[in-house]
Amino acid sequence: MPSILPARRTLLAVALLAPAAAVFGAFFLLPLARLFALGGGGAEGWGAYAAILVEPRYFESLIQTVLLSAGVTAVTLAISCVSGLFLVRNRFPGRSLLVAVLTFPLVFPGVVIGFMVIMLAGRQGLIGTVTEGLFGSRLVFAYSMAGLFLGYVYFSVPRVILTVMAAAEKLDPQLAEAARSLGASPWQVTAHVVLPALKPAFLSAGAICFATAMGAFGTAFTLATRIDVLPMLIYTEFTLQANIAMAAALSFVLGAVTWAVLALARSFAGSSVAAAG
Amino acid sequence: MSATAKSDSFRVEPVPVRLEGCSKTFGNGARALEPLDLTIRGGETMVFLGPSGCGKTTTLRLIAGLESPDPGGRVFFGDEDVTRLPIERRNVGMVFQSYALFPNMNVAQNVAYGLRVRSVERRQRDRRVDEMLAMMQMADLAGRRIDQLSGGQRQRVALARALVVRPRVLLLDEPLTALDAKLRDGLRLEIDRLLRGLGITAVYVTHDQGEAMALGDRITVMARGRVAQIGTPQDIYFRPADAFVAEFIGTMNRLPARVDDGILQIGSLQLPWQGPAGTTTVLIRPEDVRLQDDDGVLTGMVSVAVFLGDRTRVVVDVADGSSIIVDAPGRTSVARGDTVRLGFDPARLLSLPDRS
Repeated sequence: MPSILPARRTLLAVALLAPAAAVFGAFFLLPLARLFALGGGGAEGWGAYAAILVEPRYFESLIQTVLLSAGVTAVTLAISCVSGLFLVRNRFPGRSLLVAVLTFPLVFPGVVIGFMVIMLAGRQGLIGTVTEGLFGSRLVFAYSMAGLFLGYVYFSVPRVILTVMAAAEKLDPQLAEAARSLGASPWQVTAHVVLPALKPAFLSAGAICFATAMGAFGTAFTLATRIDVLPMLIYTEFTLQANIAMAAALSFVLGAVTWAVLALARSFAGSSVAAAG
Repeated sequence: MSATAKSDSFRVEPVPVRLEGCSKTFGNGARALEPLDLTIRGGETMVFLGPSGCGKTTTLRLIAGLESPDPGGRVFFGDEDVTRLPIERRNVGMVFQSYALFPNMNVAQNVAYGLRVRSVERRQRDRRVDEMLAMMQMADLAGRRIDQLSGGQRQRVALARALVVRPRVLLLDEPLTALDAKLRDGLRLEIDRLLRGLGITAVYVTHDQGEAMALGDRITVMARGRVAQIGTPQDIYFRPADAFVAEFIGTMNRLPARVDDGILQIGSLQLPWQGPAGTTTVLIRPEDVRLQDDDGVLTGMVSVAVFLGDRTRVVVDVADGSSIIVDAPGRTSVARGDTVRLGFDPARLLSLPDRS
């Protein structure tokens, strides 16, 4: 076989990569650059980006969204970890049915989940009726951050639980037995052996959960009124106030912040892995 | 290592292990172990040997505390009844086929783990881990990640991790099975020296008869959830209790024979014999059969001759259609098709109880 000269090989590689590069440029880099430029093209110019940090309405919305997403991620991971490990370790009648039911929320769009939160905790909701009967006053939280939090957790648990279960099933059961033989209590086995082994799964599932919560719109839109998360704010700026530049700037920042938080989490986990080794 | 293994700081009081009426039935109704009474002497290495599914691993897990016996069964360490103690409170050391090293910890952290959960003070912990690693000749690997170790090194780390807590009993579940042949021989010698040096009570599960012979003070041969025979390697090899043990350990020839009027007839050989008249089977090891030029008990034709260096393994087809395997000295020169005579010392013949 005739050998190809290094220069020609490079050329060949560039030629073969060109289609992928073109798609990447056309559908990722260009739109992103355009969005970024749009954000600085309004009446305030590049000040739109500064406004996000300076104007309380925008800044508070940004902080609220990040905190909400972080909280949803933490609670979802906790719930999924406990129930996922339980489902992997125990075999009982109806187990597969239970797994199927737990993953059911996957099929619903955010709007339907918002609707379900209203049915549960809305003005005519189940919790309201029960609390009125018991205490004489209706507990209504569907239209607040609490309602949104509940909806997002409900929405996120199935994805995370499946990832945790897949990882836990691959875990060597002899690892836990070895730890126990050395005197570790069940809690110590979980803390020292099981959770570290599941960390990669938590990281990837948590990242997806966080990113989804940052950008979720349907649920927030259904619950509306008193919620000011970033996607809602973008919608308001864009459709109601026709402030396209501000909407673009907010969109860009939403993406950037999400990406930054995920990168931070990843590098933190990576460094702790390296430190342990 | 043999010298350092005798280091006093790792010497442990040998604790006998006793099983009383221990049977095990799993949730699906399968009986993994028939009721078993067994005593493992303090400081002894007891090997459980048998094919997969014979109950040897179940027995090990009962001793470890990873399984509990069916009601009525009891496990003793010395005079202490440990039946109800979970594994984490039995103070045993365990070594697994899959090594089961913690991938999120390095070598030293793995070895230190048992001391860490026992809340041994930091400085003492470090000292004992250092001593242990030095004894296993792994001091230079202390900071390595587990995925940077070879299989043999991993199993030595697992041994160090199990021994550093000075367990009452060391339990080894097929520790060499995952290694390739050459490493296996080396590590087997190392384990042998270690167990002798420490004088610890050890229970070793394997399906490999070579390992069992080399390591066991005594061997428990198991089949289908029952003990087939308990004895020293010599007992098991030279005086098998039944056909299963005879066939499972080493190679065994079956010689067809007839008994008439208290006389056993094999080929031209006649021996006084006690037992019912009729056809019977007597057994003989390949190394106890001689190839000879004249006389001989049986005559046959060589069908296979394989030179193995220290010996030549010859398969001889005899008149009645059966084949007899002979281990002749390495310098024997026979070829396929040669007619040979087979002789043996009648004292080397084995007979088995009728139930076989």
